[in-house]
Amino acid sequence: MAILTVTNLDLFYGAFHALKAITMMIEEKKITAIIGPSGCGKSTLLRMFNRMNDTIENIRITGEVCLDGKNIYNMKTEREIDRLRRKVGMVFQRPNPFPLSIFENVAFGLRIHKKAKGQVLKEIVEASLKAVLLWDDLKHKLKTSSLRLTLEQQQRLCIARVLAVKPDVILLDEPCSSLDPIATRRIEELMIELKKQYTILLVTHNMQQAARISDDTGFMLLGKLIEFGQTSCIFTNPREKETVDYITGRYG
Amino acid sequence: MKKIFTFIKDFLIERIIFLCGILAIIFVFLIFLFLLNQGISFFGAYSLWDFLGGKFWYPASDPPQFGILSLVIGSLFVTIQAALISIPLGVMTALFIAEIAPPVIKDILKSVVELLAAIPSVVIGFIGMITLVPLVRKLFNIPTGLSSFSGALMLAFMAMPTIVSISEDAIRSVPWSYKEGAIALGATRWQTMYRIILPASLPGIMGAVMLGMGRVIGETMAVMMITGNAAHIPSSVFDPVRTMTATIAAEMGETVKGSTHYHSLFAIGLVLFIITFIINFIADTFMRKTRR
Repeated sequence: MAILTVTNLDLFYGAFHALKAITMMIEEKKITAIIGPSGCGKSTLLRMFNRMNDTIENIRITGEVCLDGKNIYNMKTEREIDRLRRKVGMVFQRPNPFPLSIFENVAFGLRIHKKAKGQVLKEIVEASLKAVLLWDDLKHKLKTSSLRLTLEQQQRLCIARVLAVKPDVILLDEPCSSLDPIATRRIEELMIELKKQYTILLVTHNMQQAARISDDTGFMLLGKLIEFGQTSCIFTNPREKETVDYITGRYG
Repeated sequence: MKKIFTFIKDFLIERIIFLCGILAIIFVFLIFLFLLNQGISFFGAYSLWDFLGGKFWYPASDPPQFGILSLVIGSLFVTIQAALISIPLGVMTALFIAEIAPPVIKDILKSVVELLAAIPSVVIGFIGMITLVPLVRKLFNIPTGLSSFSGALMLAFMAMPTIVSISEDAIRSVPWSYKEGAIALGATRWQTMYRIILPASLPGIMGAVMLGMGRVIGETMAVMMITGNAAHIPSSVFDPVRTMTATIAAEMGETVKGSTHYHSLFAIGLVLFIITFIINFIADTFMRKTRR
């Protein structure tokens, strides 16, 4: 079942045509990777799904992005967009925990949406930290500042923060690019674990990562989605010449 | 030959820059020494305890009384009122400039606020005297508008530029990634502001507030013109008060050089110096915290 569908999507930053006629379907509870060289528009595409591009001025969008069959670009009110962002969580390239305690970081989403408080809140925080395998290490230091954690722990905390609001989709924008190889592997294992419950969209410049963990892969170049399909096909039997060139390392 | 010349030039310029830097420290130190020297000799003639704890400032009566308690309270009273007005106003203005205002309004507001800092305090005092003082008198139906409240209103104005521009810097230096994280979790603009941006920039804002208060407590001309200058402990905000600064400014010209009265004014200056030093020190501590 496709949870997200993109139809004929174009995006312009001023005069720059950043996304060109993108059409794709993202399957529920799978990991979909988007790969491509720097500047190809993969992060821009990712930011379409939770309307993060709205924070940029001078932007023009045509086409459709549908979540559960509803075009999210038809949403008019701030409330609707805030609700969308609760359903579609995002993890950024550099871990960006808030300068608050570990507990308050995870509780943030629940507090602003007034979803839970007191004992329920504590339970959700615990469950979220357990899901990202931080609970055992941090259960006695929930009140310390999140900025004291290692980068890997910070990134896990950022994932826990997203899980706490129970999203349907999680967008990850090169989540391992500031981590070392061992931490990267552990975050990858976490992503595989998470896809049992969530639909995951992963932007990565690390082809091996896409090959290791994703079910579907899209290859982008200069704003176009060159090829999209099952990861095994893309990496062993690509149709397009550009894809072949990229995955064999001729540019990127 | 050319190399030696470059070497000498570098050496000289380095020394000159060093000298300029060190001069600032020397001047502050000398001023403090001078104040200390002049002020200390006062305590040979008058007890420190009666000076700090005495309620009556009667330098011309016989025997004279040099109690500065009412002056200290006057200064603090005006400062606290000015703080209550200028802190919320200033911080919210800063938040508006940094986070909400569209670019055009932001530019206009910023230059206007900076312009506010350029108005000489005697002009602010004068404007306050002829417009604000009668207004306050009528509005609250009190015998005189020359009160601590009028003074605080004017001082709040004078503290605004400091509070606004330094707070705005602190707010703007909150990393975009924090805001991005909050927005991506579905936080509204206001939730992002008060749950993330304000706490993250709080040390900087505290520093801004302390610097603003330092300016207020040291301000002389405007308070002298507006607060009524009655050296007694106020019982309401509409009572006239006299501040430490106004006392020094008003009486320095009338004293005999070297007299006890003359030295007592330096002793007040010393107290003032210590208070502003503490305030600046606190401000600095907060500012350092943000930079980290």
